[in-house]
Amino acid sequence: MIFFEFAQRSIRLHWLRSLLAVLGIVIGVVAISSMGILGNSLVLSVGEALSDVGDTVVVYPHSGGFGGGPGVQTNDVITGRQVQQIERAVGANDVIPLHVGADRIEVGGEDGVAQVYGMETDDIPLLLEVTEGVYLRGASGAMVGQALAETYDLDVGSRITVGDESLRVVGILAERGVGFDINPDQAVIVSDQWYTSVYREEDYDQVIVKVRNLEDIEEVKNAIDATLNRRETVVDVFDTRMILETILETFSTISTFTTAIGGISLVVAGVSIFNVQMMSVTERTKEVGIIRSIGTRRREVMKMFLYEAFLLGLLGSAIGGMLSFGGGYVALLIMLQDTTYLFAPSSLVYIPYGMLFGIGTSLVSGLYPAWKAANLNPIDALRYE
Amino acid sequence: MGDRVSTDQPVIRLDHVSKIYPLPFGDVTALDDVSLDVERGDFIAVMGPSGSGKSTLLNLIGCLDVPTEGDLYIAGRNIRELSDDELTDLRRDTLGFIFQQFNLIPLLNVRENVEYPLVLKTRRRESEGLVEKLTRRVGLEEELLSHKPSELSGGQSQRVAIARALINDPEILLCDEPTGNLDTKTGTLIMELLEEVNQQGKTIIMVTHDPRIAGYAHRTIYLVDGKIA
Repeated sequence: MIFFEFAQRSIRLHWLRSLLAVLGIVIGVVAISSMGILGNSLVLSVGEALSDVGDTVVVYPHSGGFGGGPGVQTNDVITGRQVQQIERAVGANDVIPLHVGADRIEVGGEDGVAQVYGMETDDIPLLLEVTEGVYLRGASGAMVGQALAETYDLDVGSRITVGDESLRVVGILAERGVGFDINPDQAVIVSDQWYTSVYREEDYDQVIVKVRNLEDIEEVKNAIDATLNRRETVVDVFDTRMILETILETFSTISTFTTAIGGISLVVAGVSIFNVQMMSVTERTKEVGIIRSIGTRRREVMKMFLYEAFLLGLLGSAIGGMLSFGGGYVALLIMLQDTTYLFAPSSLVYIPYGMLFGIGTSLVSGLYPAWKAANLNPIDALRYE
Repeated sequence: MGDRVSTDQPVIRLDHVSKIYPLPFGDVTALDDVSLDVERGDFIAVMGPSGSGKSTLLNLIGCLDVPTEGDLYIAGRNIRELSDDELTDLRRDTLGFIFQQFNLIPLLNVRENVEYPLVLKTRRRESEGLVEKLTRRVGLEEELLSHKPSELSGGQSQRVAIARALINDPEILLCDEPTGNLDTKTGTLIMELLEEVNQQGKTIIMVTHDPRIAGYAHRTIYLVDGKIA
């Protein structure tokens, strides 16, 4: 249609001005797409890092928070009787009661503080994996987390002093990463027997239930809740899947936020398009007067200017879309040092999103100038010099 | 839709038309109770001093403006009763405009300028030889069809404007100082062309300051202070 040609020619005629407007859209689309890809990749990588703990229900004393243990005076504990109630409530699933605390440690003259977990030695293989040495059997040994072993240069057979007691390291745990149940990488794992005798604490700080069938998670949670919290709330029950979902939701929000920051540059681009279109309308006022006087309808004038804005947006979005691969790659390389998730469909979808936003922004920005052009008084427009 | 009048009625009828522009320091009456009948095939020159209402009259007949009072009929339609789209279509199909400044569209070449009103009307780019026929009729070389308006002389530009004004075969041609930007020789050639177009049946209303140019018209109307003198 002739109005589309008008738009093309106007862009070609004012190529520098058009180029700058297109550049704005390119930057906007790259920013919005790259930020979207980065945010999504963040969610995907966090999701993958945490997805192996989705089979766990964690029970904490109500309002007690996360751990008490030596040195921390608190009444928020789970008693042995309550552990038995949990065992009855969850049936065949494994119940692992834990003492959780922190204490001074000393290795070969080097001091520090570490988390101390006390648990039944039979339960350790249910929760943790050993890479060097063996699982703890007796009361006097200890296992240490991978990161702690590296920090203090601990090997199987090394001696570590926890509080005032010296323990022999029998095994080093495999690196586990961040978990919602326990974080053993920087911790010392001791037997329940040792923990209670040294810290004189019979009650537990948390109970972990490993659910064999993932579909039973809700049922297990409800069973614990119904048994222990019948009269008043004495424990808080979390399933790691729920926590995982909450965390992923948080990261999704962060992702949306970063994408929105990218969107700000698109707003700036929109202002640029608006400016270019207003200039175009002003420069072509007389032309509008001519075409209106010889029989061009208002909406045809509007169409002509909107085509121009659309073409600028389309061009900017197409270039921006292509460059977004590069932008996303660089963003992932810098922020995550990992570009694996660039080609995930949920990441790539941000490119057409960005392009649509680019075109949409151009059209919205071009709307008022086009309306203004269409509503010029033909007589005044014809007189315009 | 406007009131229809029979085809033997004037092609343009002004019935006690006034045009008043409201301004902050007081209303300005540009046209004051003007009545005029223009028959088909008429050639009328409109003369008068600056500010006498010539341009206002042309704008009203050109459906670019509507009267404040009175009725104006173009080809039997009362323009006061038409929507903006209907007025636009009337300009496109029934009226042809020829301006002093030529007013060609700079983005389009000569061919596209000439065929533009036809494209608006038919929604097609195919003029079926009409553009060539018209350019021959107005005495324009065909090789100029691919040129841009900026590459044309004044006389050539006005011939393009006349071809454009004629492409939809309008009943009325409105000319605003058509030779105002041309030298005497070229002006004479353009006037001879308009005279020829008039002889082929087009009604022409022409605003001019030049009595020699007005001499081509069948009759001349003098406007003074918005009234026909």
